Amino acid sequence: MDVDKPAPEPTTKTRTIALGTITRVEGEGALRVTVRNGLVEDIELNIFEPPRFFEAFLQGRHYDEVPDIVARICGICPAAYQMSAVHAIERLFDLHVEGPLRDLRRLLYCGEWIESHALHVYLLHAPDFLGYESAIAMAKDHAAAVARGLRIKKAGNAIMTLLGGRSVHPVSVRVGGFSRVPSRRELEGLNDELQWARDAAIETIRWVATFDYPPFAPDYTFVALRHGEEYPLNEGRIVTSNGLAVSADQFEDHFKEHQVPHSHALHCTLDGAYYVVGPLARVNLNHDLLPPTVIEVLREAGFSLPLRNPFQGIVARAAEILYALEESLRLIDRYEPPPAPALPITVRAGVGMACTEAPRGILYHRYRLDRDGVIREAKIVPPTSQNQGRIEQDLRLFLPRLLDRSDEEISLGCEKVIRCYDPCISCATHFLRLEIRHER
Amino acid sequence: MRRMPERQSPRPKLGVFKFASCDGCQLSILNLEDDLLALGQALEISYFPEASSHMDAGPYDLALVEGSITREEDVHRIRAVREQATVLVTIGACATAGGIQALRNWADIESYKRLVYPSPEWIRTLETSTPISDHVKVDYELRGCPIDKDQLLRVLTDLLAGVRPRLARDSVCLECKRRGTVCVLVAKGVPCLGPVTSGGCGAICPSMGRDCYGCFGPADAREKAGSHVPNTASLAKHFHEHLGLIPAEILRRFRGINGNAPSFQGESGAWERRADA
Repeated sequence: MDVDKPAPEPTTKTRTIALGTITRVEGEGALRVTVRNGLVEDIELNIFEPPRFFEAFLQGRHYDEVPDIVARICGICPAAYQMSAVHAIERLFDLHVEGPLRDLRRLLYCGEWIESHALHVYLLHAPDFLGYESAIAMAKDHAAAVARGLRIKKAGNAIMTLLGGRSVHPVSVRVGGFSRVPSRRELEGLNDELQWARDAAIETIRWVATFDYPPFAPDYTFVALRHGEEYPLNEGRIVTSNGLAVSADQFEDHFKEHQVPHSHALHCTLDGAYYVVGPLARVNLNHDLLPPTVIEVLREAGFSLPLRNPFQGIVARAAEILYALEESLRLIDRYEPPPAPALPITVRAGVGMACTEAPRGILYHRYRLDRDGVIREAKIVPPTSQNQGRIEQDLRLFLPRLLDRSDEEISLGCEKVIRCYDPCISCATHFLRLEIRHER
Repeated sequence: MRRMPERQSPRPKLGVFKFASCDGCQLSILNLEDDLLALGQALEISYFPEASSHMDAGPYDLALVEGSITREEDVHRIRAVREQATVLVTIGACATAGGIQALRNWADIESYKRLVYPSPEWIRTLETSTPISDHVKVDYELRGCPIDKDQLLRVLTDLLAGVRPRLARDSVCLECKRRGTVCVLVAKGVPCLGPVTSGGCGAICPSMGRDCYGCFGPADAREKAGSHVPNTASLAKHFHEHLGLIPAEILRRFRGINGNAPSFQGESGAWERRADA
């Protein structure tokens, strides 16, 4: 951590706290807070992740290259990018992927949730609650817990590797299905480890129940997918805690990205206001669709839904790890290989859009294709960019209780607020630099 | 060869640095689930912001560098990393070839900015995405998009033991043969880049029923005097004459994740001229 010394100023008491690199997040970001005469004057969340211009170079590429290209937006959640992309293009082609192929996509997504959530819960977030700089340092005193987390993570990666060939940038996802589907026997080979991991996920919920959560419950607007019959992964309407329910086709009517003057930033707002996507939003908007075991384990551990404290994002993640493991076992149990690994495709010109639930929240893609199947326009709205504005609002609300502390403690406190969201800054490079100026 | 100091205490210091990238190669370090804690004992993790809040300013015995150079400040930062590092290893296609974001190298960066950002004038970026080796001396390269975590573990183990890491850069075809995978180029007629692409992945794509798309970059002929590997021209000709790919399709084939690697760059350029003609 890189903490600048307060800059002395003769007339007003101003101190600037610069958190040089926000650690234990995916990608690199920084935060600058200016406090004047005891009040938070300025908060700047700098995302100095260099832009890579995916939406630009997707233009001119063929639709069948899209899953391979968009995976590279994020090494932590590549399958999410592949899923939103294939669903958007399939919508344009009027292609309906159902039955075992749909189940396999759901299973791949479960693998990614397990891998990504276990990474965050155990390696990135838990050290905050137990007072360590990293999971490796934490392992000296909590060896069994860290080993458990790594093994759960490995179970998620095993699903992805079986279905996708590898866990980072899987290779088998394509428009219409997969390039290869597993045999029933191959899938059953995962069962023993997934059953172990399911029990370990129950332990995880009990473990996070022992953590101390600072009381904090901002008035959030939650946004997640909702599918009538199942916990949302690939499909569903976009619903909000305010009662809005729209399809992905209407996403851009309600959710607007804009670059703010003097901020070098694109913000995404829902009808003008900031909102929360991700595990907390999903659990709160869909808890009636969680299996009774998940609800029961949460209840026994002392948690009641909805969860309103952002620090309990770790609880929502732990609950979703358990859900994803139960769902994986269910999907494997009913699996019969499909007649073909992918459906035949008829290319059409036009526009297709889709939203799926990435580990960090809803991920929107829109593509316009010409009659040769070449991309003419692409738009991608990742979850972390949707949470950015809300993270800054949380910091503004949380900071006053830290202001009498040292710069180091303030920095650490801010970092902890940011880490609750598991921000993936590599995904969100549209958001080069965020800056808030509030007049109070 | 450059060696890391052989010592148990203090342990060799590891720094992990990120430039323009997706974080997937760093994640491959954390995906060494079975060996991660042992690795944390063999090396002192001095700088790895994705995994630890503890950050030392250097020097480092070993620097792992992910990502490509796309901004002016990164040109300076990579030089600073190099000065602090005894051994510098680049990890992944971004660091070794410029990555998928090197597709900008064939485009007008101003039009890219306008396409993505409402206020493009606020975006500062270089016109090109370039590999780390264009800027500083690199001791070893680990290819792949992402890197193979077992290859990473082997290189780390070699360096810790004071042994020069040796990475075969034979083509993917050899890995298919070892696995017993039926050739997808021959049997399915798909435009597989395996014959000209470096192995190291374990020939994943053909084993999943599809064509290799060049994640590990061009197969390396440097240690095979007189050989013509990778013969991209011959493979491209096969795509055109036997598989019926049009020049624009062949161009896209070579201008992908490792499109900025010299031999792939040369081949895509040749077909771009034909596509324009």
